[in-house]
Amino acid sequence: MSTLVFSKSNRKDAAMTDVPWKRYLNRVLWYATLLGVSVPFVFPFIWMVSGSLKSQSEITAFPPTIIPETFRWENYVEIFQYQPFAQQYFNSLYIAVVVTISIMFVASLAGYAFAKIKFKGANLVFLLLLSGLMMPEEVTIIPNFFAMSTLNLMNSHVPLILLPVFGSQGIIATFLMRQFFMSIPNEVEEAGIMDGLSRFGVFWRIALPLSGPALAAVAILSFLHSWNLLLEPLVFVSDLDKFTVPLALNNFSDAYGLPLWHLQMAATSLAVIPVLLIYVIAQRHIVQSFAMTGVKG
Amino acid sequence: MLSVVLKTFGDLMSALVSQKKNLFSGETLSGWLFISPMMFGFLCFFIIPVIAIFGYSVTEWNILSQDSTFVGLQNYQEIFTENEEFWLVVRNSLVFAGGLVPLNIALALVLALALNQKFTGVVFFRTVYFAPVITAGAAWAIVWSFLLQKESGGVNQLLALIGIDGPNWLREPNWAMFAVIMTRVIKNVGLNMILYLAALQSISPDYVEASSLDGATPWQRFRHIIWPLLAPTTLVISIVTVVGSLKVFDHIYLMTGGGPESGTLVLAYYIYERAFEFFEIGYASALAVILFVLTLVLTVGQWLLKQKEQ
Repeated sequence: MSTLVFSKSNRKDAAMTDVPWKRYLNRVLWYATLLGVSVPFVFPFIWMVSGSLKSQSEITAFPPTIIPETFRWENYVEIFQYQPFAQQYFNSLYIAVVVTISIMFVASLAGYAFAKIKFKGANLVFLLLLSGLMMPEEVTIIPNFFAMSTLNLMNSHVPLILLPVFGSQGIIATFLMRQFFMSIPNEVEEAGIMDGLSRFGVFWRIALPLSGPALAAVAILSFLHSWNLLLEPLVFVSDLDKFTVPLALNNFSDAYGLPLWHLQMAATSLAVIPVLLIYVIAQRHIVQSFAMTGVKG
Repeated sequence: MLSVVLKTFGDLMSALVSQKKNLFSGETLSGWLFISPMMFGFLCFFIIPVIAIFGYSVTEWNILSQDSTFVGLQNYQEIFTENEEFWLVVRNSLVFAGGLVPLNIALALVLALALNQKFTGVVFFRTVYFAPVITAGAAWAIVWSFLLQKESGGVNQLLALIGIDGPNWLREPNWAMFAVIMTRVIKNVGLNMILYLAALQSISPDYVEASSLDGATPWQRFRHIIWPLLAPTTLVISIVTVVGSLKVFDHIYLMTGGGPESGTLVLAYYIYERAFEFFEIGYASALAVILFVLTLVLTVGQWLLKQKEQ
């Protein structure tokens, strides 16, 4: 044993004479710092998954365990029995898909017009649109609440689709599409006009097929925006089977209203991990989509 | 994007003022047709509601009683002079923004500078620091509520292992504010980091090289070359982060409910609480008007600041 340790440290010494020890130490410190900073970013995910597999008693036990003593997979069954979580999950999914497709449609049309068509009133209208870009939803939620209740759309998914499409997310998307279409040279479209295409034909046949990357970014941002919404479902939806995931997550509690953490963590894991997996696979595209909203267009 | 927004804002303003008549009138119809779906929705769900909150804000209106009466500026008077809660909300919002914005920007910059180096694993760390950004705010807030409980919370359990008796994070006023700020910074710092990273990568290496030849230390290089070149990005990030801090809702609703002792009651959550828990529509609308004006002033103010700089 002692000889092993000895020989090991010996080798280390040899290595340190090759590399200047300062550089070696710097590198260790560098990675140690970056890993240390990572802890608050990563630990919540680990603790979430760990908690989702514990029993109610183990979850409060001290000293804490990262890897549960017994894996309680039943948590993942019970969340579906406690409330209609499958239905709620489906709600979130289909709402996000409808929101995404709607935003892609209205934002590419509007973005194209603002970029390529010179028409009366365009500047004024665009300026108006920009005023809504950063406005918090809390500003308009009260009148929208009354509008929806007058239209008998309370406790339905219609507001959860309409408000994001025509709110700040739709405006951001319009802006992204406008920036992209502005980068397409006019010559490309002129060829289409020579061939007798209408304005819509030029947009549909020429400009839109070129806009794949911008549309993908819009799709990613819109989907995540809708998937993550909390205020709107909270205000507009009241029936359990109409809930969306963010609303449902907070709804696993016992008879005293105290959270059932093991179920909450299981449900949260199911909500977070698929998104996280897609993110890890496509992280370059996803990160770039977010970067576009800040810098380029 | 915001820098482009600000620039466009300026261009449009000057175009409107000078009234250039270089428009092809023949395309006006198709232009309006193209924008009509977006603009119709925007009119219905944004413009009209904004006008409506100004109207609501001068009424006394309780959802339950179903009737509203005109009361002039009484709601505003109540907010500013009679109700001490509002000033607590203002204080909390300022503390929240004052803590979150500098922390977020400083950390984002440091992380971006670190990840702008070339080393093995840079993509891994970028992926890690950005992961909370794509995570649902509700999920993030719930997991942190779980982590920050007094007895069985992960954070206090880890602290106990090294002999520290952690506070009841979310039930003591000052700690609750601190906890909400920190969890929110970790949630969103990745976005600003990416924006800084993009800006850093667009800085020409020639600048940095030239300064190295002049014998500048890394700090001098940062202070006199990199930091000034990042100024436009810093401005954009500041606007987005300040306005973003006004919007904080998920974290407050799920982690503290505005408590303890209203210690984390901030403006956006206060509007929700007044409107949808106490059903005081007139009062809540007056608060929404204040939020609207505040957001507009911040956006336009920082835009003017930028114009002055140029």
